Amino acid sequence: MLETRGLTANYGQFRALFGVDISVAAGECVAIIGANGAGKSTLMRSITGVIGNEPGMVLHRGEPIGALSSAQIMKRGIAMVPEGRRLFPSLTVEENLLVGGQARKVPGPWNLDAVYDLFPILRERRKSPGTALSGGQQQMVAIGRALMSNPQLLLCDEISLGLAPVVIRDIYAALPRIRESGAAIVLVEQDIGKALAVADRVYCMMEGRVTLAARTAEVTREDIHSAYFGVAS
Amino acid sequence: MIWLDTLVQGILLGGLYALFAAGLSLVFGIMRLVNLAHGDLIILAAYLVLMGVTLLGLSPWIAALVAMPAMFALGWLLQAAVLNRVLGKDILPPLLVTFGLSVALQNGLLEAFSADSRRIPVGALEGASLDLGLVTVGIMPLMTFASAIVMIIALNGLFYHTALGRAFRATSDDAVTAGLMGIEPKRIFAIATGIAMIVVTLAALYLGMRANFDPSIGPARLIYAFEAVIIGGLGSLWGTLAGGIIIGVAQTFGAALNPEWQILAGHIAFLAVMLLKPRGLFPRAVD
Repeated sequence: MLETRGLTANYGQFRALFGVDISVAAGECVAIIGANGAGKSTLMRSITGVIGNEPGMVLHRGEPIGALSSAQIMKRGIAMVPEGRRLFPSLTVEENLLVGGQARKVPGPWNLDAVYDLFPILRERRKSPGTALSGGQQQMVAIGRALMSNPQLLLCDEISLGLAPVVIRDIYAALPRIRESGAAIVLVEQDIGKALAVADRVYCMMEGRVTLAARTAEVTREDIHSAYFGVAS
Repeated sequence: MIWLDTLVQGILLGGLYALFAAGLSLVFGIMRLVNLAHGDLIILAAYLVLMGVTLLGLSPWIAALVAMPAMFALGWLLQAAVLNRVLGKDILPPLLVTFGLSVALQNGLLEAFSADSRRIPVGALEGASLDLGLVTVGIMPLMTFASAIVMIIALNGLFYHTALGRAFRATSDDAVTAGLMGIEPKRIFAIATGIAMIVVTLAALYLGMRANFDPSIGPARLIYAFEAVIIGGLGSLWGTLAGGIIIGVAQTFGAALNPEWQILAGHIAFLAVMLLKPRGLFPRAVD
């Protein structure tokens, strides 16, 4: 459904991605792991059009989308949970959720009620400013906001970053229900254990390149170690 | 009673200044753009309304209603074709572009309408007044003030109770993340400037009915608008009305003491507020 072909990305003179090839099939859950600075978030920003590309470097259902705007890419059904959550401070929790669904109105399982059922605490806090919530609750809003557009593909950038283990557990507990709704998921994670436990396939990145592509059922600890650190264990 | 009368006249005058300022406040609030051509756009709209009245024989109210969509389209085009290209981290390019636009508009209006002072004719309404017992107020100032209130309520309704308003606020908070939500920031900016031009047309209607105007007076109106916006605190429309009222009241009291002090008193009130509250009376929590 989504594919990158020789994807490169630059921040000014600095090249952050060197020919990245990944693919995600419909309904699949793919983990992208790697150390800080490996290029995982840059990859997400490139796929979602925050960083511009050559058209053919990113394909959605076989069509080049690399040169589209973030908004156009989102309307094709690719929703993003950005790193750091990035809730809108002027909007309440409910408004943050609504703003996620207002540009792409397609029939699907996700609406306000479905998101509140997934994360019941948000129903209680729906009138609060989004940024008045705890980090975990804000992450729930960010995930719910992305789901509101009933995406075919949900990109989750570091959804466990900075959260307490018990909160991470709650958020990961929601992933199976999101998958049941039919959406494919890309999980960008530094928490390897968490990511591998839910993903079908895994890519490991290092210094802007993919160093491992494997099925999680088949990958060994040694494979991960050498791909993550660039050395054999 | 003369002081009460002066106070009431000043408050009502504040309504006119709030109308001048609201469009400026709206555009700044959403895209952090300071439009130095705002005053000249008010004058342009006043000429449009005047043409509707003199050439088409419309009443000023109908002429303004006709001018509003035209001004919306102009604002939309201005933003989409010009201002969106220069908006960015550096605030200087858009400032220079709107300054250039201000000069171009003044010269264009001078060419088209000459330097003659004009006024939108309103007939008997111009001198009509309402006796409230303690004070007598002009119908026209009262309508101006009421229009400012209605306009602020309508704009706040748009901002806080519609999907478009959510998109405005989300884009104002974080344009990149708004893009990830399927919102095109540039389109939102174009709509916002279009709406600001509708407000500008309303301001122009009352400006043109209440006082003479000519192509050169835009910048002087811009100063009042700036002062009202800054006194109120950037981005708050009720604050802008409060700012307009403070300037209006200062001006009428200044004029009551000595007619030469009217304009000066307004500017001194502005400076006094800036000394006491540098961020304005009602600053937004996040700027």
